[in-house]
Amino acid sequence: MNLSRLVTARRNPKGWHWTDVAAYAYLLLGVVLMFGPVLWLVLSSFKTQASLLEFPPSLLPLSQKEVTVPGYPQPLLLFKVTMEDGTTRELAQIRRVGVQAQMINPADPSQQFRVAIDKRTPVREFSLATKNYTEPLERFAFPRFLANSVIVTVVATLITLLINSMAAYALSIYEFKGKNAAMLMVIGTLMIPITIILVPVYLVVTKLGLVNSLWAVILPGAATPTGVFLLRQYMLTLPRDLIEAARMDKASEWQIYWRIVMPLTLPALAVLTIFSIMWRWNEFLWPLAVLTKTEVYTLQIGLNAFQGELQTQWQYLLAMTVMTLTPVAVVFVFLQRFITTGIANTGMK
Amino acid sequence: MPYIFLLPNLLFFGLFVFVPIAINFVYSITGGPALFPSDRPYVGAGQYTYLFECGSYVDPSTCREDHFWRGVYNTLFFTFFQVATMVGLSLLTAIVLNMKIRGRGFFRAVYFFPVLLSPVVVALIWKWILQRDGLLNAAITGLGSDRILFLAEPGWAMFWAIFVSVWAHMGFYTLILLAGLQAIPSDIYEAAEMDATPRWRVFWRLTLPLLWPNLIVVVVLSLIRAVQTFDEVFVLTGGGPGTSTLMVVQYIYETAFSNQVQNFGLAAAASLVLGIVLFALTLAQLAFTQRKSS
Repeated sequence: MNLSRLVTARRNPKGWHWTDVAAYAYLLLGVVLMFGPVLWLVLSSFKTQASLLEFPPSLLPLSQKEVTVPGYPQPLLLFKVTMEDGTTRELAQIRRVGVQAQMINPADPSQQFRVAIDKRTPVREFSLATKNYTEPLERFAFPRFLANSVIVTVVATLITLLINSMAAYALSIYEFKGKNAAMLMVIGTLMIPITIILVPVYLVVTKLGLVNSLWAVILPGAATPTGVFLLRQYMLTLPRDLIEAARMDKASEWQIYWRIVMPLTLPALAVLTIFSIMWRWNEFLWPLAVLTKTEVYTLQIGLNAFQGELQTQWQYLLAMTVMTLTPVAVVFVFLQRFITTGIANTGMK
Repeated sequence: MPYIFLLPNLLFFGLFVFVPIAINFVYSITGGPALFPSDRPYVGAGQYTYLFECGSYVDPSTCREDHFWRGVYNTLFFTFFQVATMVGLSLLTAIVLNMKIRGRGFFRAVYFFPVLLSPVVVALIWKWILQRDGLLNAAITGLGSDRILFLAEPGWAMFWAIFVSVWAHMGFYTLILLAGLQAIPSDIYEAAEMDATPRWRVFWRLTLPLLWPNLIVVVVLSLIRAVQTFDEVFVLTGGGPGTSTLMVVQYIYETAFSNQVQNFGLAAAASLVLGIVLFALTLAQLAFTQRKSS
């Protein structure tokens, strides 16, 4: 197919309206504004500490080239030097004394020069400082935080799926006394975010002896009104005959729930799973209030603590930020459709 | 039988939502540093009168609890501009995405993905751009301006708190509005096109009235969220410089958990005040959604 025709093809056969042009301009600006900052974070996270301190910053992760010269045990930094006769050549620096640098020709180590430091510029090459990623894994409690976040996310999501689906099953399949009251309770909890009951939930958690354990983060948010609504809405659409038939066959209520209704509810359960993973992985205020010991910090709390302590060590902070957002990015890339339709259908997140 | 299925979920609701609501009230009418309500002396409306003791309500520095009032004013300011910007931009984006655009799925994803990022990650991404030697300062010094300490000047810090918050959340509201736009039957538009109605007229006379219910939901929903703003702003600015981006929720958190003297009573009283505001907003939302569905 002709490339120019592909590029200029439009859905609107009547030609370009100015609003079409404006729309594409707006969307392209959006791509820069929304993607740009994240791209910049990722690029920066691969820079060495020295190049992070540069101003203005370089776009790509660059680091100064080094050469090994016979007779010198350490690799030497490579510079481009403007010589007195106006020519330029690449020299390695042996040492620097004040405003003078002692340089050597790496190709011919017998040639040594004294050069004013403002006559040389570093020779740089593209390189990824992967130790920004490996060192936090060894030096800081980062792996502990990662493990805590994974535990919290997995356990909390499993509990949420179980108890929310049970409640949704009761509220969709049965008619019983107090059903409306139960529905009202679910709606009621929707109105009471953790921000307004921080202190008393802290008391409850203390009474249960859970302070500074991961259960303190897992349990309080395990029953979600959003989840009950989402699953109930879906279960209401299931054919009733199926359940009646199972009852005829003398299946127990638990079997009907577990063997028949749950498998049929899988699409809604998938949406709730994704939501729950996002909620738990990103949760901040409550863990911040209830977790005071480093051993039980989740990633978000750990990252927040690091940003206070590591003000001058952005290279680690940036790499840890990238590692924290990676799981979410992976979930998004593969499950984008589920997430967006889930939100569009429920109006919740 | 249904009761057994309901029980675990309601037990959690009771233990972590309804019981706390009641205890919260108990905290707000008792004083002292003790955590257990039985150890706390009754003070009546003392916490509330303390919270509301002001020389003049217009000037937070004349209040006994000036941080609370700074928080209230900052939150009001933040909420107003954040919601206005967010609803405006989400509407614009939803309309653009609803046009006959190539690569719509891609563009929708671009606007949506920050919604999934954690507030800490969002704040750190922008902190890195806004810092003294950051990308933005490189850009403006390149244009010949002086460096600006974006997070150390009160006006700028508030501006960026609002900007970052809109950046992170507008995708969510765009999605709701886009769903609303796509629910409008296309034959209405085809009829308008037949009559050669100008586009702006189609927008004002058709799109906007039909989208109105969704728009109201988005406004109320974003109000509810904005009033509770805490995490992104807290990580981005720490409430500073000084108290210039301190929000009500940060005040509650610090009063109860991070100040030297943990004042649970005062925090509980402040959260009840916030709770009443949220309750009113939620009722408004329910009323609107009810009207929409009927």
